[in-house]
Amino acid sequence: MKKPFAITLDPGSSLANHTGSWRTVRPVYVDRLPPCNDACPSGENIQGWLFHAESGDYEKAWRLLTEANPLPACMGRVCYHPCETACNRAQLDECVGVNAIERFIGDEALKHGWKFTPPAKSTGMRVLVVGAGPSGLSAAYQLARVGHTVTVREAGPLAGGMMRFGIPKYRLPRAVLDAEIARIAALGVSIELNAKVDDVLAAKRDGHYDAVFLAVGAHIAKRAYLPAGSAGRMLDAVEVLRSMEGEDRPLLGRRVVVYGGGNTALDVARTAKRLGAEESVIVYRRTREKMPAHDAELEEALQEGVLVKWLSTIREAGESSITVEKMTLDDKGMAQPTGEFETLAADSVVLALGQDVDLSLLDGVPGLEIDGGVVKVDANMMTGHPGIFAGGDMVPGERTVTVGIGHGKLAARNIDAWLRGETWTHPQRHEIASFDKLNTWYYSDAPKAQRPVLDMVRRQSTFEEVVGGFDPATAQFEARRCLSCGNCFECDNCYGVCPDNAVIKLGAGNRYAFNYDYCKGCGLCVSECPCGAIRTQPEEI
Amino acid sequence: MLKQVEGSAAVAEAIALCRPQVICAYPISPQTHIVEALGRRVDAGELAPCEFVNVESEFAAMSVAIGASATGARAYTATASQGLLFMAEAVYNAAGLGLPIVMTVANRAIGAPINIWNDHTDALSQRDCGWLQLFAEDNQEALDLHIQAFRLAEELSLPVMVCMDGFILTHAYERVDMPTQAQVDSYLPPYEPRQVLDPADPVSIGAMVGPEAFMEVRYLAHAKQQQALELIPAWADEFRRVFGRPSGGLVHEYRTSDADVIVVALGSVLGTIKDTVDMMRDEGFRIGVLGITCFRPWPSVAVRNALQRAKRVVVLEKSLAVGMGGIVGNNVSASFSGSPDRVHTVIAGLGGRSITRGSLRRVFEQALTDSLEPLTFLDLDRALVDRVLERERVQRRSGPIAEGILKDLGVVAAKTG
Amino acid sequence: MSYQPIRFYQTGTFTVGNRLLPEAQRSVQSGRERTNSLNSGHRACQGCGEALGARYAIDAAMAATNRQLVAANATGCLEVFSTPYPETSWQIPWIHSLFGNAAAVGTGIAAALRVQGKRDVRVVAQGGDGGTTDIGFGCLSGMFERNDDVLYICYDNEAYMNTGVQRSSATPPAARTNTTMPVGESTGARFGQGKNLPLIAMAHEIPYVATATVAELRDLEAKVRRAMEFRGARYIHVLVPCPLGWGHGSAETIKMARLAQETALFPVFEAEHGEVTNVSKIRRQLPVENYLKPQTRFAHLFKPPGHADLVARIQALADRNVQRFGLVGDAEDAQ
Repeated sequence: MKKPFAITLDPGSSLANHTGSWRTVRPVYVDRLPPCNDACPSGENIQGWLFHAESGDYEKAWRLLTEANPLPACMGRVCYHPCETACNRAQLDECVGVNAIERFIGDEALKHGWKFTPPAKSTGMRVLVVGAGPSGLSAAYQLARVGHTVTVREAGPLAGGMMRFGIPKYRLPRAVLDAEIARIAALGVSIELNAKVDDVLAAKRDGHYDAVFLAVGAHIAKRAYLPAGSAGRMLDAVEVLRSMEGEDRPLLGRRVVVYGGGNTALDVARTAKRLGAEESVIVYRRTREKMPAHDAELEEALQEGVLVKWLSTIREAGESSITVEKMTLDDKGMAQPTGEFETLAADSVVLALGQDVDLSLLDGVPGLEIDGGVVKVDANMMTGHPGIFAGGDMVPGERTVTVGIGHGKLAARNIDAWLRGETWTHPQRHEIASFDKLNTWYYSDAPKAQRPVLDMVRRQSTFEEVVGGFDPATAQFEARRCLSCGNCFECDNCYGVCPDNAVIKLGAGNRYAFNYDYCKGCGLCVSECPCGAIRTQPEEI
Repeated sequence: MLKQVEGSAAVAEAIALCRPQVICAYPISPQTHIVEALGRRVDAGELAPCEFVNVESEFAAMSVAIGASATGARAYTATASQGLLFMAEAVYNAAGLGLPIVMTVANRAIGAPINIWNDHTDALSQRDCGWLQLFAEDNQEALDLHIQAFRLAEELSLPVMVCMDGFILTHAYERVDMPTQAQVDSYLPPYEPRQVLDPADPVSIGAMVGPEAFMEVRYLAHAKQQQALELIPAWADEFRRVFGRPSGGLVHEYRTSDADVIVVALGSVLGTIKDTVDMMRDEGFRIGVLGITCFRPWPSVAVRNALQRAKRVVVLEKSLAVGMGGIVGNNVSASFSGSPDRVHTVIAGLGGRSITRGSLRRVFEQALTDSLEPLTFLDLDRALVDRVLERERVQRRSGPIAEGILKDLGVVAAKTG
Repeated sequence: MSYQPIRFYQTGTFTVGNRLLPEAQRSVQSGRERTNSLNSGHRACQGCGEALGARYAIDAAMAATNRQLVAANATGCLEVFSTPYPETSWQIPWIHSLFGNAAAVGTGIAAALRVQGKRDVRVVAQGGDGGTTDIGFGCLSGMFERNDDVLYICYDNEAYMNTGVQRSSATPPAARTNTTMPVGESTGARFGQGKNLPLIAMAHEIPYVATATVAELRDLEAKVRRAMEFRGARYIHVLVPCPLGWGHGSAETIKMARLAQETALFPVFEAEHGEVTNVSKIRRQLPVENYLKPQTRFAHLFKPPGHADLVARIQALADRNVQRFGLVGDAEDAQ
């Protein structure tokens, strides 16, 4: 075509005009730290595995999840999910049910028999893990994944630690626990049962171990001085819960009093109910708000008929009754006695006042320090004795299964580095993807899905699991409630909203890039990114 | 084939023979009979495939033609007078975009005061718009020029306006020789657009052009019109070859070879002028006629060549550049190599005022006797205008001139201020 | 809402794309193969709503017509920023003729295509609010009335922005423009003036009329697609905020469009043959202040002592829209 001069132009020729020169600020893609990930004591990349769960690729989700935590089916039942507390979605409607999805994924893995990928090659290094609780299993798993030869020595008859001996089976069915432990063993971890370590240095030397991870937990019940009238049944919670795993169930009587305000107290009270107690009463010295137990647990216990005697301490335990003193909270929130007393009928009293660590295996370890009944470790989870690391309930910190798993992972990273003569350093943490970074308009309105709950009669009389799992559709729905805070989930918004076509879509899984030849720096992509994965920075002019 | 038909019908049939594809029209006298005839043919399916679009204004008419032409369709419209002014913006635009639209202008005066009769003010108001402007002397030429117009437009990628006098030609029944479809087809090949809106080969038509290239765009438009000065005679020759009769071209000379006075004019008035000249020739006056067929581009050389031996040139025109004088006369002066004061302008026939042989003879004789004013208004009621002017001098703000005249004529009882 | 909303996919149908959707259900804009009908390098201001809206609409039209599309463009920002010699941003056959004749040029194109037997090539005519509601209104009404086979798209930024922000018949009441300055007793553009072109288009009983905003891409695309299912005259009125003329940040263009819809000041609906057939329910209704306050063209309403009465009148206009179009209700299709 002989086009008329200047009036008629060839298509798309404005590409010659690089409007990027107009820009005073430039957008850049970032990965911000989602609050859930930030809050997870196990260091799970929750947003990351939810991303795969959203598309129904549960195996991929499981593989990413288990990079941090080898026990998702367990944790999906017993974790107190700080992730959900931190979840930005809570500010929109309700938090994402991360815990329930984790359980679904964990159960899927068990159902389909997914196995961990064995290491490409062995490092030839040997590591001893003392204790087969969550922390020990976590460390063993992480160390085995990178090719170390790991032996776990467990004093008890079964692996699982507090997951088995502290958490009732109505919360964590043992088949689930067994299957997840078996999967770790299948990775090549040797678990020796009834193999108590009495002297850690000797064990290390005799077994030619290059490093040791101590995770013996805290199993010795704390006692409180109670003037006890002779024959009253006085038990401790750990003992009660442990005995639930054996043949002979504890005899608690018709009226059971549990003393304490932690989760263990609730576990025992609920267990007592299931064992046939007519009354199961928790005596706690402060108020519901001050109770360390998780509210969801308390709620379930109350539903099941457990009673709580708030602001009360046990002053005396008699044969079939106890005397409690009413307390009051002072202005610092501490419980103070009032001098008012009350008598409660009780066939047995269970003390749930916390646990201490059995530190006898550490006697004479040079450099190892103990403080307040727990082992001191540095930031790299190493005790004062080189090559001996420790974690879980035996080191300072919150005593939860999730924290234990996190300790195991962290210790394993450090042990691995230490074995290579290096020091592991935590990668730079990204800026938190706080709620204000999001453009939540883009997310569908979707209330949180609820897990099915066992009906009350069965809850009060059997040890069947109380809280059910999601069906696949519900699990996927719930996963898709994730806002993907701070991390691109390839919604194409930036690609779409750019008036200058200055965003290059790199294809599925590869996200996007800016074409700074044309980007005018308007910032629309930043405003309209739902998840806060773009920020602007001043252009150097 | 010889036919005795109304001018509008003859033009409509010629347009039809040119196989137009999109015809758009908005009614305005005296153009209506042309588009009515075409509309009937389209509705009857005689022109298929052809679209006839009843638009809501002349501005839309030209705009529809622009869209159609840019999409590769042979587009035609017709208008007159106010309509031409109403579409003026689009008229310029069609030329600027280089779209070969053909439009008939059934020449008519422009108001106010509103007037439906013939003069050339409408077409000449658009003399700088970039269109080719051809003026027909009679209905045969009107018919022929339309056929040539499409050929020229498409050859040059420029729009062409064919001007024919309203009523005098459009509504006059004359004998015409109507060509056959085969003749027209051999003269006018299918439209091959220079630029076209085609998804297979996209272009952007109608860019914004700034100071850096606007002069060049305008120069090129001018240069293209200069090229037309060569093409127009060539395609007129070709027309003669195909159709067997002379028609079109830049100018027609009539008895000019030995003329002392040459009368220059456009359109149908040339017939009356030639009759007058014949009469005067019989009496021995050395007078001739130069008919301007092509007003744009202005055929300077042809005009100069035709007029160079004349002692006096009388430009008789049906248009007035108010405040200046004759438009055609001004163009002639610019081309005439002799002294400009030998060019006399006679404004005649405005708003359909009859131009009689008697009146013409009077001014021609004045020219021959060197007594013609440089600017003359033929048959002007001098007494009447003098009265109005006198009143104006006495009383400013005396109301619209038209009202004043009507009052003087006693036609209406106008309110006096 | 004219498309089937996607439920439970993290972002539903609000985002441009969604990796969880089958390819066929994804938006045109999310595709790497989208035509970018309006290419990079155009000279629109930063954050220009019209540039965005035009690419959204024309890309959608290209997709709906299998890339058999011709466009006529009115004079205005869109034309000026896209085709300054020697470069054009358009990748489609495109013509600019005049300010007031885009609809008629579209008619001409459609007529030419019909005689050429090119039934598959479709025509879009487009312009800003000035070129549509004011100077081009005659041609547009003619095109509607003849039911010519043209889709006319108005990109409404509520004033003459190209010439430096003057009032048009689409300028909302109380808005400051350079010809409706809130000085002296004046409080910006007058109440009781202005044209509602979608309703006027409906009065022509043309096959299809729709409104849309740049804030809801999927809805806009669906409407363009729907429009292309009809033959005859069709009209889509797209609200395209203008950072320059409205006085909001360049990053807030989409937000403003969203607020216009969520405050009910800009009802989003579609109509066929003169009857409303679909209304986009407001998802989270907001008071008009939320929309007015971020824009400097309304700043005089909030300067002490403020014009609570005028804000109330604007709220009344929004409330009337709610009533008239049923904008609030079952949120079922607001997903």
